[in-house]
Formats: sequence, C-alpha cells, structure tokens
Amino acid sequence: MECVSCGKCFQLERVINVEFEVIIGLEVHAQLLTKSKIFCSCSTVFGAEPNTHTCPVCLGMPGVLPVLNRKVVDFALRVGLAVHCEIAHYSRFARKNYFYPDLPKGYQISQYELPLAEHGYVEVTTNGKSKRIGVARIHMEEDAGKLLHDERMEADSYSYVDLNRTGVPLIEIVSEPEIRTPEEASEYLKNLRGILQYLEVCDGNMEEGSFRCDANISLRPVGQQRLGTRTELKNMNSFKNVQRALEYEIRRQTNILDDGSEVIQETRLWDAAKGVTLSMRGKEEAHDYRYFPDPDLVPLIIDDDWIEVVRGSLPELPQEKRDRFIKEYQVPEYDAEVLTSSKSLADYYEESVRLFPSPKVVSNWVMGELLRRLKGDDRDIEDCPVTPRYLAKMLKMIEDGTISGKIAKTVFEEMYLSGEDPEKLVREKDLLQLTDEEELDRIIEKVLSGNATEVEDYKKGKSKLLGFFVGQVMKETKGKANPKLVNEILRGRLDR
Amino acid sequence: MKISKEEVEKVAVLARLALTEGEKETFSSEMSSILDYFDKLKEVDTEKVAPTSHASAGRNVMRGDEVRPSLSKEECLMNAPDANKGCLRVPKIIG
Ligand SMILES: [Zn+2]
Repeated sequence: MECVSCGKCFQLERVINVEFEVIIGLEVHAQLLTKSKIFCSCSTVFGAEPNTHTCPVCLGMPGVLPVLNRKVVDFALRVGLAVHCEIAHYSRFARKNYFYPDLPKGYQISQYELPLAEHGYVEVTTNGKSKRIGVARIHMEEDAGKLLHDERMEADSYSYVDLNRTGVPLIEIVSEPEIRTPEEASEYLKNLRGILQYLEVCDGNMEEGSFRCDANISLRPVGQQRLGTRTELKNMNSFKNVQRALEYEIRRQTNILDDGSEVIQETRLWDAAKGVTLSMRGKEEAHDYRYFPDPDLVPLIIDDDWIEVVRGSLPELPQEKRDRFIKEYQVPEYDAEVLTSSKSLADYYEESVRLFPSPKVVSNWVMGELLRRLKGDDRDIEDCPVTPRYLAKMLKMIEDGTISGKIAKTVFEEMYLSGEDPEKLVREKDLLQLTDEEELDRIIEKVLSGNATEVEDYKKGKSKLLGFFVGQVMKETKGKANPKLVNEILRGRLDR
Repeated sequence: MKISKEEVEKVAVLARLALTEGEKETFSSEMSSILDYFDKLKEVDTEKVAPTSHASAGRNVMRGDEVRPSLSKEECLMNAPDANKGCLRVPKIIG
C-alpha cells in the first residue's frame, strides 16, 4: 500500500483519513439587454468604436444627476421572480468606492443593503438527482469600462481605456454556498443562463462577457460546521473553464490541507492554457469599499401591482417547457432536455412539429442531422439555413414515399448547404424515390443473376442474406429505391 | 472620539491623498472634532424616527429606455489627462 498523497513514499502515516466537503458559491454578472445605459441615455450597443458612447453622466462629471432606467428594474424583477425570490418593496442604490482606470467616477453605483431580490433558488439536476441551489440575492448595478488588450495596444507601456461599457446595466446574482461539486456549479450556471435567455433579458454570451462568473470555493472536513478558508476564482469564460478551474482548485486545496498547511484567502485567476489557477497576490490591495447610500438616487419602491404585472408577463421557463414537451409531444426526457436547451431551438422544434405533426420523427432529425451539422459549423439555430418549413416539407416527402429515408440525408445536406426548397432540390438533383415496380424488378433480376452463389445459399436457409440483396439493389439505384418495394419484390422472387 | 494618525493614513491611502506629517496631525484633530459633533447629535432622541438615507422625499424617479446622442469621442477624451489612439491612456495595468 502506498501513500495516497504522493503515491510514492509508502509512509502510511500520511494516508489521508480526512474526507473533505467542497463548498462553492457563485457570483454571476449578467448584462441586461436594454437599449440605453442604467443611469443615462447612452447606447449599450456592443462593438462600437471606443469612447463614442459616453456622456457627462456616465463619465462622472461634477454636478450631473443619474436617472434610473425603468426597464432595468423590470428586467431585474423578471429574473428575481423567475428564480423564486422575494422582491424588496423598498430598495436603494449604494456607492461602492474604489479606484481603477475603468471606473471614471471613483465609485460604482450598486446595491448593498436592501438589494432588489433575495432568497430564491435555481433547480439543478446532476446524475439524475435534483437539488435546489439557493439564490442569496440579486441586485442591480452599473458595469465598468474596459481595458483594451489587442496587439496594437499591447506594444507599449500604457494601458488603454474604452468607456463605452461604463454604465451598461448589470444584475449580480449571488448563490448561497450550497454548491458541492464542479458539475453542480456548471449545471447551475447553464440553468441560470437558460432562464435569463428565456426571459430575454441577457444574451448569455460568456466569451463576449455579457454573462460572467466568479466562484468562491473552500474545503472543510466532513462534519465540521465552520467554513474553511476560501479562495475567489476569476477569469473563467466558459462553462467548461468554470468546471476545470474548480476541479483544479479542489485538488490544490486538498493537497495543502493534507500537508497540514493552511489555505490563504486570496483571489486567483484561472489560466485556461496552463490549466491552473494563479494567485493575484501583490496585484491587489486589501479592499475597503466604504459603501454608502447614493444620495443622487432616490429609493425604489416596488408595490404589489408592479410585481404582479411583471409576474403576469413571465414566459414559459426552460423547466416548464421541458415538462410540457414530455407530456405534449411524448418525447423522451433526454430529447426534451436537448430541445429546450435554448428558446430558439425549442421554437424551431415546435414550429416544425406544427407543420409535420410527428413529434418523435421531427425530434430525431433535429437532434440528429440538424444539431450535428450546426455543431460542426459552430452555428446557432438562429443561423440554420434549413427552415422549419423546409424540414417539414422534406419529412412529408419521406412519409409519402417521394424520397427514401436514405436519400433524405442527401436532400438535407443539400438544403443545409443551399437553404433551398427540398422539392426543388429533389427535382434538380434527380433524387426521386424509385417506385416503378417494373424498373425495380429489372434491377433486382440483374442483382440476383449476378449473385448466383448467394441466391443458392439463401434458398438453403441463409435468410440473413436478404439484407445483402437489398444493399446491392440500393447500390445499383444510388439509394433511391423504395426499400419496402424492394423487400417485397425480393421476397416474392426468392421465397417462391 | 479620537481619530488616530494611523486612521488618517488609512483614509488617505483609500482616497489616494499624499499627506505631509503636519497635515496628518491637522486632519487627526479636525476629524476628531467633527466626530465629536456627531456625539452631540447622538443626544437627540431618535427612538421613533426612521433612519434617513436621503434628504429628498422623492421616490421612484425613472426614465424610459431610450437612446439619446452621446458625446463625440473628442469631447469624451477632452478632459482626460492623457489620451491616445482614441482611448484614455493610463499607466500599464497587468491582468
Ligand atoms: Zn452616458
């Protein structure tokens, strides 16, 4: 037996007998899809020329007055209600004070005491087990500007600041420290993002930074009540990276604790290329944000009427949609899960089923050919060249025997490449199913006489060879023969 | 309430202020006397008064989600101590 820590030393004293429990909490910052900023009327459009979307308010000029965008409150309320939060009837904004070049005012307007929403939850399922992860709070705040890092800018000894993003509305969604595994963390994020997208309040783009996640993680011996020292992980811009960073950090902290050392409370950056988290020590000062109520912004009162109007406008959410798909379309749970993974995919599926009411057939094509093709091209369903109308049309053509199931794959591929009507493609590319019995009979005759030995074997009882003959006919007709007819004619001739 | 020199130094760091030794002494005593005045305010009975965070009685001041023209890039950068390549320019920041 060898040491569990290092696998080499054979010092059995060092064998770990302490099991650790992992405690993870996530902070998500989601950019809201408003047209204008949270406290001024500058545009929030992504990708504009640097420093062309600013005004005295978002630049923090003296004497200006921020005015709250009502839509930001509406959007934040939608999210709060969708994740089952209690909405605060009285909430207010606070200033978070710190200096950084991307923060022109020297403070960020956020919420501290009295956030908009508290005490909700997001349901996650891992390994077939469901669990509620608490949402501690949701508050509104403004985004900061951006330090540009492109090559042109990297070359010299300065940093360059673009303030277009300053004042773009964010909500921060803070989970309770109730996440126990990296998989749970990843599921929580996926579900949360799905909810935000269904609500149409955030586009959820992690790479462009409109959905960002930081993680707090600590370990403690199983059974201990007190939390261990935590580290904060940043710079994880995909679900995969969040999971990998957490897995790495669990190993790192386990090794430290096994050695009898102590974890240092610090912020660590995930380095995706190296697959490690690195300490930010020295680059960061001890924070003392000195929050206080922002005197420029009056308190926000949200009455029951407002809450009920927003509640009434909530769309069907991912989980409800999934359950409905299972019930209404009788598709397996797995299909329902995939089909509702984004609202646009679910809409695509429903539109296709409306036009071709065989839910399972549609599901097979959408989940098979369609998603495979889109994934390969790294494309979203919104950019799919095959419309639900054309997909349904093609499925009808299979159903009424105009094309064979095998040829349908070719038709689909042609539709995917050209975005054309399947009827037109079938006509132009000569892909009609061969149903002319006389012609099929002639081809089968040819196949049988060319394979006399196999015919003998078949007649002696090797009935498996039927498949071989069908295959030969298909080859001869380039897949266009109607398989049902081929089978019938073959059996008629061979079993005589 | 006495504000120590160390507390003055901490506040100065947070506010990015470079203070001379003499100024630290001055602020230490001035801030102390300001806080002493708060002690005087504490004598008022506020038992039945809700905490006030805003002087104005206004509530729910909001605007619609409409875009209005922003400043030009030139105007935006006009007050910046240093600007280049259409951006504000600051000492190199890593990370
Ligand atoms: Zn502005």
